[in-house]
Amino acid sequence: MSANRVAVVGVGQTQYSAVRGDVSLPGLLREAVFRALADAHMTMDDIDAIVVGKAPDFFEGIMMPETYLAEALGAVGKPLFRVHTAGSVGGSTAIVAASHIESGVHERVLTIGWQQQSISEAMWALSFPIPFQQQLVAGAGGYFAPFIREYVRRSNAPDDIGILVALKDRLNALKNPYAHLHEPDITYDSVKESFMLWEPIRFSETCPSSDGAIALVLAGEAAAEASAASSGLPPAWVLGTSMRSEPATASGRDQVNPLAGIECAADVYRQAGITNPREEVDVVEMYVPFSWYEPMWLENLGFAPEGEGWKMTEAGATQMDGDLPVNCSGGVLSTNPIGASGMIRFGEAAMQVRGQAGDHQIDGAQLALGHAYGGAAQFYAMWVVSSDKP
Amino acid sequence: MSPADNDRVISTMPTGLWEQPAISTPDLGDEEPVQRLRLPASMVYRYNPGQAPTRYLRGLAQKKILGERSASNPDVYVPSRGMNPTEGTPTSEQVEVGPKGTISSFCVVHIGFGVNAPPTPFVSALILPDGAAVSLYGTLLEVPIEEVRIGMRVEPVWVPDDQLTTSSENITHWRPIDEPDVPAEQLKGHM
Amino acid sequence: MKDVAVVSVAQSDYVRALSHLNEVEMIQPVIRQALDQIGVGISDIGFTCSGSSDYLAGQAFSFVMTLDAVGAWPPIMESHVEMDGAWALYEAWLKIQAGHAETALVYSYSKASPGDLPRVLSRQLDPYYYAPLWPDSVALAGLQARAMLDEHKIDEAEMAGIAHRNREAARANPHAQIKGSATIDELLAEDYLSDPLRLHDVPPISDGGVAVVLASAEKAAEWADRPAFIRGIDHRVDSHSFGARDLTRAPSIATAAEKAGVHDGKIDVAELHAPFTHQEKIVATELGLGDDVVINPSGGPLAANAMMAAGLVRIGEVANRIMAGEADRGVAHATSGHLLQQNLVCVLEGN
Repeated sequence: MSANRVAVVGVGQTQYSAVRGDVSLPGLLREAVFRALADAHMTMDDIDAIVVGKAPDFFEGIMMPETYLAEALGAVGKPLFRVHTAGSVGGSTAIVAASHIESGVHERVLTIGWQQQSISEAMWALSFPIPFQQQLVAGAGGYFAPFIREYVRRSNAPDDIGILVALKDRLNALKNPYAHLHEPDITYDSVKESFMLWEPIRFSETCPSSDGAIALVLAGEAAAEASAASSGLPPAWVLGTSMRSEPATASGRDQVNPLAGIECAADVYRQAGITNPREEVDVVEMYVPFSWYEPMWLENLGFAPEGEGWKMTEAGATQMDGDLPVNCSGGVLSTNPIGASGMIRFGEAAMQVRGQAGDHQIDGAQLALGHAYGGAAQFYAMWVVSSDKP
Repeated sequence: MSPADNDRVISTMPTGLWEQPAISTPDLGDEEPVQRLRLPASMVYRYNPGQAPTRYLRGLAQKKILGERSASNPDVYVPSRGMNPTEGTPTSEQVEVGPKGTISSFCVVHIGFGVNAPPTPFVSALILPDGAAVSLYGTLLEVPIEEVRIGMRVEPVWVPDDQLTTSSENITHWRPIDEPDVPAEQLKGHM
Repeated sequence: MKDVAVVSVAQSDYVRALSHLNEVEMIQPVIRQALDQIGVGISDIGFTCSGSSDYLAGQAFSFVMTLDAVGAWPPIMESHVEMDGAWALYEAWLKIQAGHAETALVYSYSKASPGDLPRVLSRQLDPYYYAPLWPDSVALAGLQARAMLDEHKIDEAEMAGIAHRNREAARANPHAQIKGSATIDELLAEDYLSDPLRLHDVPPISDGGVAVVLASAEKAAEWADRPAFIRGIDHRVDSHSFGARDLTRAPSIATAAEKAGVHDGKIDVAELHAPFTHQEKIVATELGLGDDVVINPSGGPLAANAMMAAGLVRIGEVANRIMAGEADRGVAHATSGHLLQQNLVCVLEGN
């Protein structure tokens, strides 16, 4: 490895909501971009390259929208790069942005993830009918729910673990001013009594459909230290990045505990020098669009032995006052602009180690994992960030 | 602002798919920001399924579930899109699988999508046809929901013979059969 | 920068409509050939990156299915760009520079045939001011050609000459879709398609794909007799406000050319991703190519223009000539968007 050091020195998020009717798409992105630049004490002129990511273009009805957005993103005359790796894209995009600096090609890179799902009909944009393909009459949750059922069967988890996750994440979201869902009256019983959609998944255990964008400013070592000296906020040093993919449907593939996720986590821990993730990682931002994915990913990411992730959730270990807080921001369960969701995980991990997470800050967080996945739980992107320079 | 004001149509379509609305620009006063534009886009695509899906669909028209495997690997994929995805090799050999199968997992759907969705609640299941390496999605009917379990044996129910076409909808649904359950452990890796 | 080289290139034949195959069936033999001809498998590849477009396929997440052609098991380090494959190659080049991989497989493809391509491409325009008018890609290019003609930067005979040269060159390209051309006089006698563009000024609509293998210097020495080293690669974007742009220029090409070091040595061969005849003149001018440079010996995009692939094909064609010892130093150009808005320049060289 000969990668140059890279750090997050600016994070900017929009207000997330079901419909951001008050801004155009460029306006939405600029809301995030200017906040990230202000956080980094930089202007657009300081940026060498722009790396953007989002999920299917049918969401906004604009094919390869980065060319249209070139001016709004301050990219004219600069490199502008577009990533699309399904639901993991926000994470993948941040990693591609990091590669621009690790490679030694650029010093300051702006990266943006977004989705404005209100522009089109989101379910249509995700999977409009193709004549010869079988229609999944069960919808998106119906695709994943059987894998959750299999997890529950294998692990003998109590059937209310999903409720505990949803309650925790939605309560955490109350501490995050940007979160889409703010439900101060939510209770265990209200989640339990919410409409069953795809048994075992209830309405309150699924992610919303959101409009929103996040921007990060990444910098090489010298630029990061200069930015930190100016802004007074420490950089979040990237200790490792990793991506892994496997086929959607394949013999031997385990959709409950996918090998690509296991190998991606092992790779990013190795780069970060982590040998005992449960002990060493202070806080996790994990891509949990359906509540049960928290215990499933706790196992997949090596925080719990196989079949025992739910015990961490049940014992409160993943709450903000637990020993491994997960999704202090409220997570995907509270905010889900698909193309941004992965980068929000990466950005929130950076905010934690920079000590800038406000009411949802974990005191003294030094090492954080950002996690994203997509497709048929087959694409993974992860990074580990630290307050300590490697 | 009323919904009507919030959805002022100011776009056009050149070919008359949508009627062009009359626009009175003086009505767009300075204090009245345009909050939404309706910009309809219509495009026609002529999809081709490809060779392997064509073979699968033609098999369905003959009430056969045809899987495929590559020359170098015994795993039978159904429906094959043309590849053994673990090797990246073409599936050239056709193998009839099923019609009986086993539920490898399922969920109970309380909110269905599309015109073909049965009345809710219904069971959407992953069904591993006998002889196949991976499961298909299917709707399970003709059984009380609380009796459905992983490992349950099932068979397809076809449309009447005179309605068979090259379509996945030839199988209207699946239903249980009276055979012993398959242990769930045997289904791991075949969902 | 580390030395990174192209060591293998494979392409499909290009046709107007490959109606009997789906995308994964179309690209798999190409990927396989790129690996087989250097005797390696996917387990020898450190990073895989592809380029494609959902709007061309008419399906969301269309690239997910195509991954089945790679054999991603056990899982692989993989990424995808919603851009031409030339940018996928750029991501792979960054990964090797950063030390995350030693080798990379890059592929890109499209089937434009399911949709009405000029109309589909109109969806890439500003959704508020341009897209609602449904200007198709040929009409837009016509505006640019008109600007070129009005400023006497080209004339219609020169445009016909560009079409003639490219399509005659394509006779030697086994993959090309349009091989050979009528005489320039005959071309100029044809009616306009979208005034001032005639049919010969316009690229064919193509289905097809390309795969390229990249390797670090050590691996390249193992895998190729004469690797085509990437000496410089850079990409830039210009404004989308076509009314505010001088459409006869593409400053992003000049910037990328300078950053990529085009002028640091003699260029023998150039493959330019200029889908319309007048655009070849713009690209060659912005790159500062001399009259002695052989342009588009493959026939270029006027002979075959699979969207999302045609840019990566240009890199592959230059690399092939270097690997074959027919050229020592060449430049490849790729474009994205309408009217040469976004451009990538890659300088390749043999040792």
